[in-house]
Amino acid sequence: MAELTMIQAINLALHQEMEQDNSVIVLGEDVGVDGGVFRVTDGLIEKFGKERVMDTPLAESAICGVAIGMAVKGLRPVCEIQFSGFSYMCMHQVENHAVRLRGRSGGRFHVPMVLRAPYGGGVRALEHHSESKEAYYAHTPGLKMVIPSRPRNARALLVSAIRDPDPVIFYEPKAVYRAFREEVPDEEEAFPLGKSEVVQEGKDLTIISYGAMMRPTLEAAAKLQESDGVEAEVIDLLTISPLDDEAVNQSVQKTGRAVIVHEAHRSFGPGAEVVARLVEKSFLYLQAPIARVTGFDVTIPLFQRENDYLPNVHRILRAARKTLEFVA
Amino acid sequence: MPREEIDIPYRLDYLSILNEKGEVDEELEPEMEQELLIKLYRSMLLNRRFDERLLSLQRQGRIGTFAPIKGQEASQLGAVATLEESDWLFPSFREMAAENWRGKSLESVLLTYGGYNEGSVIPEGLNNLPVAIPVGTQILHAVGVAYAIKYRGEKNIAMVFFGDGGTSEGDFHEALNFAGVFQTPTIFVCQNNHWAISIPRSQQTHSKTLAQKALAYGIPGVQVDGNDILAVYVAVKEAVERARSGGGPSMIECVTYRMSMHTTADDPKRYRKDEELEEWSKRDPLDRLQKYLMAKGLLSEEEIDSLEEEVKKEIKETVAAYEEKQKELGDPLLMFDHVFEELPPHLKEQREELSRELAEKEEEEQNNG
Ligand SMILES: Cc1ncc(C[n+]2csc(CCOP(=O)(O)OP(=O)(O)O)c2C)c(N)n1
Ligand SMILES: [Mg+2]
Repeated sequence: MAELTMIQAINLALHQEMEQDNSVIVLGEDVGVDGGVFRVTDGLIEKFGKERVMDTPLAESAICGVAIGMAVKGLRPVCEIQFSGFSYMCMHQVENHAVRLRGRSGGRFHVPMVLRAPYGGGVRALEHHSESKEAYYAHTPGLKMVIPSRPRNARALLVSAIRDPDPVIFYEPKAVYRAFREEVPDEEEAFPLGKSEVVQEGKDLTIISYGAMMRPTLEAAAKLQESDGVEAEVIDLLTISPLDDEAVNQSVQKTGRAVIVHEAHRSFGPGAEVVARLVEKSFLYLQAPIARVTGFDVTIPLFQRENDYLPNVHRILRAARKTLEFVA
Repeated sequence: MPREEIDIPYRLDYLSILNEKGEVDEELEPEMEQELLIKLYRSMLLNRRFDERLLSLQRQGRIGTFAPIKGQEASQLGAVATLEESDWLFPSFREMAAENWRGKSLESVLLTYGGYNEGSVIPEGLNNLPVAIPVGTQILHAVGVAYAIKYRGEKNIAMVFFGDGGTSEGDFHEALNFAGVFQTPTIFVCQNNHWAISIPRSQQTHSKTLAQKALAYGIPGVQVDGNDILAVYVAVKEAVERARSGGGPSMIECVTYRMSMHTTADDPKRYRKDEELEEWSKRDPLDRLQKYLMAKGLLSEEEIDSLEEEVKKEIKETVAAYEEKQKELGDPLLMFDHVFEELPPHLKEQREELSRELAEKEEEEQNNG
């Protein structure tokens, strides 16, 4: 057991997976000698050499397209896209090929690749370095979209993503990267994709979130307990797609009230899908309209205004109280 | 059916006019007005000192991350000095000097790096596009604008800047190809500063030069000493004149050096040797122009001192104006401006929502305080 930051935990997952499976290849911009601009791939090139840790030319479409080829030939490429804001340049390869080769070839080929990218706001960055557009990927059939929230689950989910037989987009909350440490077991650990986690049990209300927004969500849940005596159940989705609707519905069938929190834009965001699944499967259990606390439908502003764009404890509390107070 | 060499109708030149010692090749030396030379020198100096000031402001936490331009002043200014005011400029994210020459204020640079969206506002009448951070993406736009210019029968040209790293993106190749096919008046200026974050030029492409890539698309290309402002000016001017007279696009590779870090979030010690920087410091473009101007008797020690004073004052005033301007930009509701020409209903609702929340917050603060 060691106390690791999320960066170190992801680094550990990469080290261990590369050690035990020589088909795992890391590629991306500045991932070798520099160890990645966030140091997530630190030490890999020294240990595994430049054939397995590729400092690529500056070309995201190439990184993704080449990785598809590697995956078809049995390798397990783990691509780093320096910021999720530059992952759209991979989109045509993802949409046109990564997710379709299995079906198109009748199962002859499949694409076990991972595309890692730091996402999200709150780090005082330049334009294109703060976005949260997981919905683009979650909307794509054949793709898994994973977003960890803490060092331990980041490590254990990345291991599963690398071992998964299909393409996985792995968004890392950069606001959490160095924010705190957590005990991470030395021995192998893999959490299943597609499974959420009930982080806190409660009976009055369900709050659903993921990624960097888990921190304000948990803080708000603690405040609700402390000042309102409310027991909130908190769910960390961990995988955005495929969505764990069983867990979400189970919880809301118990509490009857739900709030969804994400920093992605509201319209057509992941929250909209959660609402749909709840309405479809738990309609008669709902005791109040489901609330969404999200980023607004504007491009995330530069850092002087980004804190007013991002959901915060105050906003979550307000939405939770409104939901709790609702009487039909 | 022989096997024979194909005659490709292009040659690739390397151009250098003013060397590291400030010596000039008199045959190649351009005739430039004294006024223009001094204006270029002053602009190089201003941008150098402003870059240094930005670094100290960033270190003090008064602005956020930024991309220093130190060392690239000549290859930016020598290129834009050939433009007419009504021409078009497409910067990447490291062309502060080029943008400033064309009329973008240094205050707006501070606004951007200080975290205000208003920093990228382009005043009416200025044909500069805002900074493009996604590498290589802006190159295509310069082809589109140039096409529109040609379509309208106008005489302007579009000049686009990008880095050595940018030449690896598909957009770069697609842009050159389009420009070649449609013979648009586009000038492609590559700032080969030897590094794309930690990736050296030699690992970016197996080609010997970047300029030769233009030849593959049937476009003239030339490589110049990018720290030699005379060479940059001459090579770009030739390309600009060709484009303006209907001769189509060209690419100029300016061989320069990123003397500072990639951005303030970067630590170059992890991937490059100090000796390399020392070597390049000897080729500093600012020193070189200064030597040239002094040798020609166009600039004296006293004039340099007074220019230093002048730019220092300008920078001080710029920082003060920026700090004053910040007071006007405190309203978070500004994030809803410029999403669409007209705000649709759901966005009006969201704007209301934020507005109510801000009022509540203020009330709470008043109650507490
Ligand atoms: C599409 C895209 N990918 C990655 C990045 C991150 N990034 C910013 S600058 C840079 C290197 C750019 O190198 P170069 O084109 O040589 O320009 P320079 O930074 O040297 O001015 C990278 C990888 C980005 N901004 N855009
Ligand atoms: Mg470069």
